[in-house]
Amino acid sequence: MKKQVSFLVVRRLLIALITLVIVSFAVFFATALLPGDTATILLGQSATPEAVEGLRKAMHLNDPAIIRFLKWMAGLFQSDFGTSYANNVPVATLIRGRFVNTMKLAGLTASIAVPLALTLGITAAIWRGTLYDRIVTVGTIGIISVPEFMIATLAVLLFAVYLKWLPALSLTNEVKSVHDLVRIYAMPVMTLTFGVSAQMIRMTRAAVVETLNTPYVEMALLKGASRPRIVLRHALPNALGPIVNAVALSLSYLLGGVIIVETVFNYPGVAKLMVDAVSTRDLPLIQTCAMIFCLGYLALITAADIVAVLSNPRLR
Amino acid sequence: MTDSTSTERLGMRLGYRFNLVGMSAVGIILLWTGIALFAPRIIPHSVGEIVDTDYFGPMSRDLWFGSDYLGRDIFSRILMGARYTLGISLAAVTIACFSGVALGMTAAVAGGWYDSMLSRFLDALNSIPSKLFGLVVVAAVGSSIPALIGTLSVIYTPGAYRFARALAVNVNTMDFIVVARIRGERLPYLIASEILPNILGPVLADLGLRFVFIVLLLSGLSFLGLGVQPPYADWGALVRENIAGLPFGAPAVIFPSLAIASLTISVNLLIDNLPRRIRDRGAE
Repeated sequence: MKKQVSFLVVRRLLIALITLVIVSFAVFFATALLPGDTATILLGQSATPEAVEGLRKAMHLNDPAIIRFLKWMAGLFQSDFGTSYANNVPVATLIRGRFVNTMKLAGLTASIAVPLALTLGITAAIWRGTLYDRIVTVGTIGIISVPEFMIATLAVLLFAVYLKWLPALSLTNEVKSVHDLVRIYAMPVMTLTFGVSAQMIRMTRAAVVETLNTPYVEMALLKGASRPRIVLRHALPNALGPIVNAVALSLSYLLGGVIIVETVFNYPGVAKLMVDAVSTRDLPLIQTCAMIFCLGYLALITAADIVAVLSNPRLR
Repeated sequence: MTDSTSTERLGMRLGYRFNLVGMSAVGIILLWTGIALFAPRIIPHSVGEIVDTDYFGPMSRDLWFGSDYLGRDIFSRILMGARYTLGISLAAVTIACFSGVALGMTAAVAGGWYDSMLSRFLDALNSIPSKLFGLVVVAAVGSSIPALIGTLSVIYTPGAYRFARALAVNVNTMDFIVVARIRGERLPYLIASEILPNILGPVLADLGLRFVFIVLLLSGLSFLGLGVQPPYADWGALVRENIAGLPFGAPAVIFPSLAIASLTISVNLLIDNLPRRIRDRGAE
């Protein structure tokens, strides 16, 4: 039996690896489709054909796409991400600081969103069908139905424009005290937390409600156990797997959310870097940022699947 | 079995109230559809015309939702924006669901290598975050309206495929499929006449959900400046254009967002309140 679990986990990891190859293939070729010749763009309209040809050769742009793809992949494995076209700085240098900033934002959001969402999701399941449950359910539907930029702009409107508590932009280099930290991170983290927890609340509630529909919970009910006791002692331990699965899946929402949030609040993270790279058509930078995001997303959904396998008692 | 009766009772008890919510959701959706169809005839001012001497003007009797960053009427611009938001999203969701469902049913019925290769490939595409996918592809092929429709439908095809395949695999094990196979029916007949009618309800509900995702992604891309380009403007682009009015609390920033929210929340509420018979048809 134990063997079966490890087999399933290894299989899932292998699938993730194959997926990663297909994804990197897709990212590379999507960016290789960029209209306009890179060498011409770099040298400008007035460049002589000889100069363009020379640069093409120097950048190996004449090689077949598949060779360039393999070289690029080999580069990634040696953590050589290429050089940014726009300002001739190694991509790794550009990304390093930005990556730390994005991770700070994501980490802060997760540390607030996870406890909040689990509490709301589980309590909504305990008091299923009550007014409280309906408010939570309708609220989460509302939040997942609106675009992130709307939550962000409403937050700015409320806290920066009307109440004047917080600045409208994030500038992380002036963090000197906890006070600064709160002022800068409050709105981006709040916006992301809304989106992430709405997903997580819905999934947690669904997972707990599902276990509440089982015969042993009915048995506990007939025995005369109180509602919180039924949920916490009988249902929750069995819903733990699906809940952890829900947490991992909802956190992957962060990856889409930061793209909007970093742009709205002008936060210096990887996502902002990537949006800027798209507007300047900076190929190596777009590719590397895209791979970072895909890797993070893949890691989270693979983790969610593995937790689902491990928590299935029929396989243990 | 007591549980199923108790949930049924719950459904009956809430049925009436749910229908009310569902009906108002349908009303809002129909209203926006009508606006999208007849926008050029009902707008009070031309979308390009500068009608206010001030920019980010407040709400007034003449300009219901105020004026935008150039002093144009934001109410007219939202009505016209409905055409782009609804039109592009509807086209994209139709293509995505049609191709996804067709491929999914074919994969479920054909099985074997075809099924596993297609599933692996589309699952891989599914594991690229949608906003990022949009960003990369829009950077590559540009943001003309046909390119946007194409991009959005490619992004949401794998999800539709996965959903339809899972449903079709269940139906595929039924006896009437075996009978049809023995009768010698071919693949097109099997998927169109035996499988599709049995998964139609959930597939339509899924189409609605996917429509919401597409509206949100399109608005997000437009908000980032990578979606619908001037002189056209969808609701996301209207928010972006007028974001400078945020410090003044201009209605020009708020109303386009509210338009998006009213549409997406209505669709979600409608799906949540569909009669159980439609939503779960064939889902057993």
